[in-house]
Amino acid sequence: MRIELVKRPQQSVLFSVLSPFIALALTLIAGALLFLLLGKDPVNTLYVFFIEPLRETWSLHELAVKAAPLILIAIGLSVCFLSNNWNIGAEGQFIIGAMAGSILPVMFPDFQSWIVLPLMLLMGIAGGAAYAAVPAVLKVRFNTNEILTSLMLVYVAQLFLDWMVRGPWRNPEGFNFPETRSFHEYAILPEIWSASGRAHWGFIFGLVAALALWFMMTKTLRGFEIKVLGQSPRAGRFAGFSQGRIVFFAFLLSGALAGLAGLSEVSGAIGQLRPVISPGYGFTAIIVAFLGRLNPLGVVAAGLVLALTYLGGEAAQISVGLSDKVVRVFQGMILFFVLAGDTFIHYRIRFVSAPAAAAGEASRANV
Amino acid sequence: MPLLEARGLTKIFGTLRACDHIDLKIGRGEIHALLGENGAGKSTLVKMLFGALEPTEGSILWKGEQVAVSSPREARRIGIGMVFQHFCLFDALTASENILVSLDDPAPAGAVTARARDISKAYGLPVDPNAHVGDLSVGERQRIEIIRCLLQNPELIILDEPTSVLTPQEADRLFEALEKLKEEGRSILYISHRLEEVKRICDRATVLRQGKVVSECDPRKETASSLARMMVGNEVQPVVRDKPAVQSEALLEVRDLDRKAGHPFAVALSGINLSVRAGEILGVAGVAGNGQGELFEAVSGEALQERADQVRIRGKDAGRRDISERRLMGAAFVPEERLGHAAAPAMTLSQNLLLSRYRTDARAFLNRLGMIRNSLIAHAAQRVSSAMDVRKGVEDPEASALSGGNLQKFVIGRELDRQPLVMVVNQPTWGVDAGAAARIRQALIDLAKSGSAVLVISQDLDELFEICDAIAVMHGGRLSAPIPIGDATYEKIGLLMGGAEPGHAAVSQAEAV
Repeated sequence: MRIELVKRPQQSVLFSVLSPFIALALTLIAGALLFLLLGKDPVNTLYVFFIEPLRETWSLHELAVKAAPLILIAIGLSVCFLSNNWNIGAEGQFIIGAMAGSILPVMFPDFQSWIVLPLMLLMGIAGGAAYAAVPAVLKVRFNTNEILTSLMLVYVAQLFLDWMVRGPWRNPEGFNFPETRSFHEYAILPEIWSASGRAHWGFIFGLVAALALWFMMTKTLRGFEIKVLGQSPRAGRFAGFSQGRIVFFAFLLSGALAGLAGLSEVSGAIGQLRPVISPGYGFTAIIVAFLGRLNPLGVVAAGLVLALTYLGGEAAQISVGLSDKVVRVFQGMILFFVLAGDTFIHYRIRFVSAPAAAAGEASRANV
Repeated sequence: MPLLEARGLTKIFGTLRACDHIDLKIGRGEIHALLGENGAGKSTLVKMLFGALEPTEGSILWKGEQVAVSSPREARRIGIGMVFQHFCLFDALTASENILVSLDDPAPAGAVTARARDISKAYGLPVDPNAHVGDLSVGERQRIEIIRCLLQNPELIILDEPTSVLTPQEADRLFEALEKLKEEGRSILYISHRLEEVKRICDRATVLRQGKVVSECDPRKETASSLARMMVGNEVQPVVRDKPAVQSEALLEVRDLDRKAGHPFAVALSGINLSVRAGEILGVAGVAGNGQGELFEAVSGEALQERADQVRIRGKDAGRRDISERRLMGAAFVPEERLGHAAAPAMTLSQNLLLSRYRTDARAFLNRLGMIRNSLIAHAAQRVSSAMDVRKGVEDPEASALSGGNLQKFVIGRELDRQPLVMVVNQPTWGVDAGAAARIRQALIDLAKSGSAVLVISQDLDELFEICDAIAVMHGGRLSAPIPIGDATYEKIGLLMGGAEPGHAAVSQAEAV
């Protein structure tokens, strides 16, 4: 017996709306099975993982802290993916953005003024965009595959950060720990409502970016251009849209937002540079973008869901004693089920059984 | 007993009855024509017979026994073969490799090549088995498809618009092969919109209109206009043409245009000159793949020229201007491929209207902030649809939901709606039914009459003879001098299409014959 995927003549609108929810439900079921196999009580573990983090104000703040970088990065990526450019290197752009913005508080700690933070934000944006420009130039100029180049640049950025915080940027008063000096007060991104928790302005940036890009994609000619070139490059060329220009636009935009996310993370949540500043936000944001159906508003919701898996993973480590790898497993399952759902929206399964084919042979033999 | 019989075959898509209780009988050794406008249900019917679509209702009888044709593989297995209008061949493989990769069951390469060679010889379908498909003409590619189909030893062969890409000489050759197949007792289901052809080679004809069989007749006893009337439901408006305007200014000029081939399968253009005056329709004939696509790209500005004066629009140099700027100079373009080039398949008609007009109609379609004014665009799309009689199920469907003819009417109407002074069209009625084709041709003539210059690139000679004031022929990336319509004959044009030099002995010989 063989299984074939057959393209559906039309896609169900209902199921394209429902599929992210179905994917989440399937993830929960598969997660429960996984916990059972690990010898944990599935109901209790799911409760610790997904419900407990939502019960207290401070942990809702933590949710916003984790969601902020995911949302910022994923919004840029969703526009990038819609234009049929596959920027897989947001993690690297996040790191370079964070490092570019950190130049001021780390190298010029005596320059203290209200202008420092706005400058840091701009430098973070510029750093992320500049780093994303590399795969864009390579793609337009040399026709290289941007998936490979952007991904490889992630490792370059990670190792560069590692070397900087152990070497030139190490805190002179830091007892040789591999970290930079702590940011001074003018370099800290303020909390939104410091009385109740840690959530910083990065979350607000994410919401503003989501609204702005939703407006761009649905109401403006630029959004139209991105969609046309993404779906049908030849029709885009006939329209007079430039493929190369949109490659740059998509990479610079997603890189800039990743850079802003990186800077917000170090200046809002961490307060210094360390060898590792991201638990894989740049990769998780790819899942966020798809779970949010590449729609900037959907991305906000999806960002909150994925942020919950980080929080739940920490809680499950502490109170149930699960490995921290379980977070990755959960994120992987969500992406797997979302993509599977999308596949079934576009295709249906057909079982081709060997006996039927043999019957066809027989009927021919008869005539 | 007929070879194949369809009884009450019905296919319903949503609320649309694409095929509505169709009865069809194909006898042994018969060439059976399937006629109908685009959207009449021909493709749906054929797809059901070939197993690519599952009927909603009705049954198919093969040699008197009911069969379920569940897949094209199954269809081939019982003895039905099909040659599609759009070929499925790999350009980078040779003819024999293409045949090998398509086989349902693996077989030794040597045996297959030998059989293919026998078939090619027996039916007069010469193909060099070692030639790369990318280097072959469309006629030769079609022969590969036919040989591939005959290797399965089918008793019924379905041909979808087989002559639409051939020169008259190549078509004659195909007809001879079909006659041979018929003499062997094989049956052929022949889908075409060329009525003269159907009258010439077909024994029976089934005419479809709006999913129903409206007539079954002997095409030899009918006239072209009576067949057309059955298809369309009323008399097809004959295209009316006036005398061309005398000496007026040239609105579109191409001077010494050279273009290198951009990729291994593209055709290089060399030394192309043409000029189209106000009120004139110039036709460019030629077998597909002789540089027409490349010429269109160069004239439209999708590809820029080296020198600014190589393309001139309304007396101004346009060679270094892109397609949007050429549109702003008053030109409009309709490329050959409807889906994916002229229109984005998954976008609605109104979005596709914006696609080619966001610059020229920026003031109407965009507000000062660059926001898209959807209601105005939808209104304009509606205006285009009613002007060109575009038939659609819903108010603003996706481009891919329209039948080929209706989408073609829309993409041509989209440009005509602007009243362009220069119009360049590549294959205006490729695969379009008689009713829609007549409407499109009349629209082009009316546009020229109103003082515009029209350049029509087409493989359909009947069409060019019907609407053009002069015809030039493309072959191997060169363009012949235009032949005024009064001096042009099918033989002359056909020889030029086959590669005779303009003004060469072969042409004058043909005149002498």
